[in-house]
Amino acid sequence: MPGKLKVKIVAGRHLPVMDRASDLTDAFVEVKFGNTTFKTDVYPKSLNPQWNSEWFKFEVDDEDLQDEPLQITVLDHDTYSANDAIGKVYIDIDPLLYSEAATVISGWFPIYDTIHGIRGEINVVVKVDLFNDLNRFRQSSCGVKFFCTTSIPKCYRAVIIHGFVEELVVNEDPEYQWIDRIRTPRASNEARQRLISLMSGELQRKIGLKVLEMRGNAVVGYLQCFDLEGESGLVVRAIGTACTLDKLSSPAAFLPACNSPSKEMKEIPFNEDPNPNTHSSGPSTPLKNQTYSFSPSKSYSRQSSSSDTDLSLTPKTGMGSGSAGKEGGPFKALLRQQTQSALEQREFPFFTLTAFPPGFLVHVGGVVSARSVKLLDRIHNPDEPETRDAWWAEIRQEIKSHAKALGCHAVVGYSESTSICEEVCILSASGTAAVLNPRFLQDGTVEGCLEQRLEENLPAGCGFCHIPYDELNMPFPAHLTYCYNCRKQKVPDVLFTTIDLPTDATVIGKGCLIQARLCRLKKKAQAEANATAISNLLPFMEYEVHTQLMNKLKLKGMNALFGLRIQITVGENMLMGLASATGVYLAALPTPGGIQIAGKTPNDGSYEQHISHMQKKINDTIAKNKELYEINPPEISEEIIGSPIPEPRQRSRLLRSQSESSDEVTELDLSHGKKDAFVLEIDDTDAMEDVHSLLTDVPPPSGFYSCNTEIMPGINNWTSEIQMFTSVRVIRLSSLNLTNHALNKNFNDLCENLLKSLYFKLRSMIPCCLCHVNFTVSLPEDELIQVTVTAVAITFDKNQALQTTKAHVEKSLQRASTDNEELLQFPLELCSDSLPSHPFPPAKEHLESASSNSGIPAAQRDRCSSWIELIKLKAQTIRRGSIKTTVTVEKTSPMGEGNFRNRSAAPCANSTVGVVKMTPLSFIPGAKITKYLGIINMFFIRETTSLREEGGVSGFLHAFIAEVFAMVRAHVAALGGNAVVSYIMKQCVFMENPNKNQAQCLINVSGDAVVFARESELEVVSTQQPAANCQPACTGGEVTT
Amino acid sequence: MTSELDIFVGNTTLIDEDVYRLWLDGYSVGDAVALRVRSGILEQTGATAAVLQSDTMDHYRTFHMLERLLHAPPKLLHQLIYQIPPSRQALLIERYYAFDEAFVREVLGKKLSKGTKKDLDDISTKTGITLKSCRRQFDNFKRVFKVVEEMRGSLVDNVQQHFLLSDRLARDYAAIVFFANNRFETGKKKLQYLSFGDFAFCAELMIQNWTLGAVDSQVDDMDMDLDKEFLQDLKELKVLVADKDLLDLHKSLVCTALRGKLGVFSEMEANFKNLSRGLVNVATKLTHNKDVRDLFVDLVEKFVEPCRSDHWPLSDVRLFLNQYSASVHSLDGFRHQALWDRYMGTLRGCLLRLYHD
Repeated sequence: MPGKLKVKIVAGRHLPVMDRASDLTDAFVEVKFGNTTFKTDVYPKSLNPQWNSEWFKFEVDDEDLQDEPLQITVLDHDTYSANDAIGKVYIDIDPLLYSEAATVISGWFPIYDTIHGIRGEINVVVKVDLFNDLNRFRQSSCGVKFFCTTSIPKCYRAVIIHGFVEELVVNEDPEYQWIDRIRTPRASNEARQRLISLMSGELQRKIGLKVLEMRGNAVVGYLQCFDLEGESGLVVRAIGTACTLDKLSSPAAFLPACNSPSKEMKEIPFNEDPNPNTHSSGPSTPLKNQTYSFSPSKSYSRQSSSSDTDLSLTPKTGMGSGSAGKEGGPFKALLRQQTQSALEQREFPFFTLTAFPPGFLVHVGGVVSARSVKLLDRIHNPDEPETRDAWWAEIRQEIKSHAKALGCHAVVGYSESTSICEEVCILSASGTAAVLNPRFLQDGTVEGCLEQRLEENLPAGCGFCHIPYDELNMPFPAHLTYCYNCRKQKVPDVLFTTIDLPTDATVIGKGCLIQARLCRLKKKAQAEANATAISNLLPFMEYEVHTQLMNKLKLKGMNALFGLRIQITVGENMLMGLASATGVYLAALPTPGGIQIAGKTPNDGSYEQHISHMQKKINDTIAKNKELYEINPPEISEEIIGSPIPEPRQRSRLLRSQSESSDEVTELDLSHGKKDAFVLEIDDTDAMEDVHSLLTDVPPPSGFYSCNTEIMPGINNWTSEIQMFTSVRVIRLSSLNLTNHALNKNFNDLCENLLKSLYFKLRSMIPCCLCHVNFTVSLPEDELIQVTVTAVAITFDKNQALQTTKAHVEKSLQRASTDNEELLQFPLELCSDSLPSHPFPPAKEHLESASSNSGIPAAQRDRCSSWIELIKLKAQTIRRGSIKTTVTVEKTSPMGEGNFRNRSAAPCANSTVGVVKMTPLSFIPGAKITKYLGIINMFFIRETTSLREEGGVSGFLHAFIAEVFAMVRAHVAALGGNAVVSYIMKQCVFMENPNKNQAQCLINVSGDAVVFARESELEVVSTQQPAANCQPACTGGEVTT
Repeated sequence: MTSELDIFVGNTTLIDEDVYRLWLDGYSVGDAVALRVRSGILEQTGATAAVLQSDTMDHYRTFHMLERLLHAPPKLLHQLIYQIPPSRQALLIERYYAFDEAFVREVLGKKLSKGTKKDLDDISTKTGITLKSCRRQFDNFKRVFKVVEEMRGSLVDNVQQHFLLSDRLARDYAAIVFFANNRFETGKKKLQYLSFGDFAFCAELMIQNWTLGAVDSQVDDMDMDLDKEFLQDLKELKVLVADKDLLDLHKSLVCTALRGKLGVFSEMEANFKNLSRGLVNVATKLTHNKDVRDLFVDLVEKFVEPCRSDHWPLSDVRLFLNQYSASVHSLDGFRHQALWDRYMGTLRGCLLRLYHD
């Protein structure tokens, strides 16, 4: 009996009127966990009942605690007929199961009904008493922390990064059970919500077990998805990266120390064990090994005893404590060997992380991806996970071999997705092939790591660009040059990756969002014919998406893509491809060449003229973009350094080919044969249109930037003014004009218009950057295209940026010479250090106008001078044997600490309802995350049979999304948090039937609930950590009053 | 290509003040878009008309969803669905409950009933305010009236507490509720020169001095209804004009005091009896509901108009009214000094406010 769950129902408010006669409600509450139900008394005739119930106690297994949600149902008592349900609240009690997360869940929860939406609120208090049970044959994995964040969470330090964990569970979809024909839509929706809640609990528990088995204590980059397969079932699957995390717990960790975890490593004695569970599980490990296989994909019968893989695996990751890390004679070859051996033991050396501790990422090969088309109705035994496991294993194997072909032994920024239409399912996986530093992968002492790092002598800011593969034996035709930064290693001319921009990368200018959009018509077909048709189309789509990306990148004058995400969506009669990435100019890579246009009929004079006109337009665009994104690569640097450049620039331009992006690993040669890819041949009207569409992509209005990565290269001075939003658009295609070309145009317009609308809506936040822009496309019906965008707009202080680049270089120069340890700071942390809010924009406008006169030239001057400083500095740093410079000019917080002390906190302090921020980023600008409270993973269904009355489809979905936000915020507030980071809307499935006046929508969201404190508040209480901790919690608590 | 669905939901609800105003003013989405285009926003932002249309629709939908909460402002503060900064919440509420001067003058003192609501078409045509906006304003009046109608305590406080309005707006609503409850006639032609502010000023004085709340703060409706007993007692003032000696004495006291100080002395001397009779008769008639309703008509007819036709400057009116009220204290035969002060103190304030062109 390892756990006691205690629940108290305090009160309700704003309940709906359930009795028309009295305009009142006789409400009572049912509290259910597992199979036990308690009831409160009926509180008669009130819309604001005060139940003040006793503590309802559930004595349960911790396995159930992990799987089951607490289910609270509010009902209206009716003497004569059945009691009417008002609505429900599902509470995931998982956050109460970690030792250091939330201790109590207490607050107002919206009462949710799948037909009526939110109907009032209920105040609930939940507590858990856990008893440790050491010797038991463990089924549960209480205590393993889960993070959606795809980097090492702030205020933790990675001791070991173990690697990939995955799990998949299948169940029958209640919507397709026979009983669904006779039950009400409400009952059906609730059955589905409950089932998914149960399944994700189970999934999380199983993943947790695998983590414990690997001797880890946390999962980072946890991504859980649903596949609504229809008849064949409902799949919940998750992937993540198992880690051993250590909490940075000294009070000093708050201010300076949090910035420099590596320093922290030295100071904190390694006795701080955040989680007794991890170690207590030690004795039982052998037992576990036999029951749970690390790689279910290989051992398809998961309940059966172990396959040989896990036995060979466990000792390497778990037991080999402290060996490899310490002894490292860190020559590069050896390093690679070590890493290889560490990684090759793993079946899948994959990491879902997109940002890494400094020094972790050694080289980046390029994007690897794999897709496969499957037929769902061919699943032999649909209720069992074997078939799906096999499918995914196949794909992962392919990814692994692609990575190998690129000379890499690991894949980072790894993700998986599906697209389902009727019985056809496309499974996709993608990631970035990489070479990693082994020291985080094995158990080693911190000192060892540090020394190793110091001796490595890796060139800062460009190391990751250097090719990992053999130059003489390249996996694909690519054009290599010596690194423009260190002049020692070879680099490709273009680099595509799925990860965030490494914090130490040297970037010139700003980045921008680059999208490739594509539609392909497909004949309606059945089963195999359909699958074949799709399989045949896929390579062409990949190829075209790739070409588009490359062209757009060139047009922007940039040479690298980060955060690349290619989504292929299948519909009844078409396939859609949408690729988003953030383009940047990496200083280490060569300057991209232009785009040449060639006509097919060179004799025609007017045609020639037209071509040259187009060419001019393209050249102008490139020039304009370079100016817009402030890309001024320092041409002079070559002379200064005087290092030999293997090929003259001209030649490199001629020889440029479609290199680096490794998409060819999908068994497709993207290198255009031997032809120069950047000569665009205009041989028909389609090609002409393509060129036109390249040029019609409108840049964002001035003052706006956008990217799909965490932070925007080149902007560092975020204010605390953030606005997370979701925007959804559905268009209906008129079936008359269904040609590929018209389709492309429609889709392109849809995306462009959506972006334009966003820029317009958020214009009051200028200067501002849309970060983590995440587009998803779905094809809910034949002629409908749905695009969903979630992103966060963050205002930055333009003026501050200009002033401080210089100041910062000076400052850091000083630092570099005085304090070597300071160099070990996480630049990312610094970024989040930026200023607290100006309460309102007028001040900003003023600043802006002040800067507009002299601003831009000054910036350029600064940039030039700072560039030289940078090079000098780098030289210095390398000589000193430090591993990395923090001095990427673009990246650090400019604020003198004195500055934000004077500013007041956010103006909303006196709010009745505590403000909960939501952001898809892993940090909150101007604030420090002081505590992670647990994962938020929620699934909602909303249905209506009175669509018109609720304001049509737009009104319906608008209200629903607002409600979902509200429920997420309420849960976070009840946990004592004041923000959700790494928030993601993983699914938004919308179906309508306007003729029947009906619509249904399913939404799945997740994120990490956190407590953050403003920089300014922190300074006041920096000496007393507890005070800082409780402060935000208190404001959260006020919600209940 | 047609847009089937187009929404934007922010974690913090975006409120565009300009669009909010257009929505409150009752413009349709189409009209609002046209007005926004005319404001030059497209040129400023480089947006297209389609973007503007989508933006406007979105804001309208948000406002529509918020409207339910605006009907009970405390709900807006406690709800969890829309995260809105407090300053924005205050703005939403204040603007929603704001009203047009032209509109309020049409309905002030009328019964807030279905019947009046039917006349909103005419008011809309007459004032040029959209029918939608008229309805919102009317419903606001009615809603506030219903909520505070049977409550204890100060009217202004009650309005403020239940509708979270600013002090200024809460006072205005108190006046509207007070007028609606007592059904004071304000629509007559000769009252057209008076602004809502004039009436609101009088309402505040009357609430302070003439209602039950002025003597007892523990009764229901204390600020809504006039003190019946007080109105009954006012009959006693009749003697001031009915008793010829008393009237003459009063006149001579006033004339003596004001001789040489008043620019319009002779006119005053000639008119004294008429004016005094007018003011006292207004008091004695207040027992009848009908006459209560006509209070302002009577005041204008019996006092404001005669003085105005003789071109009394405001300063003279003030001197006269001060002396007129004060002199009664020197009338030995008159025993209702307190009553007189309660009546005349308020009336003097009202008259001075009403006395303008």
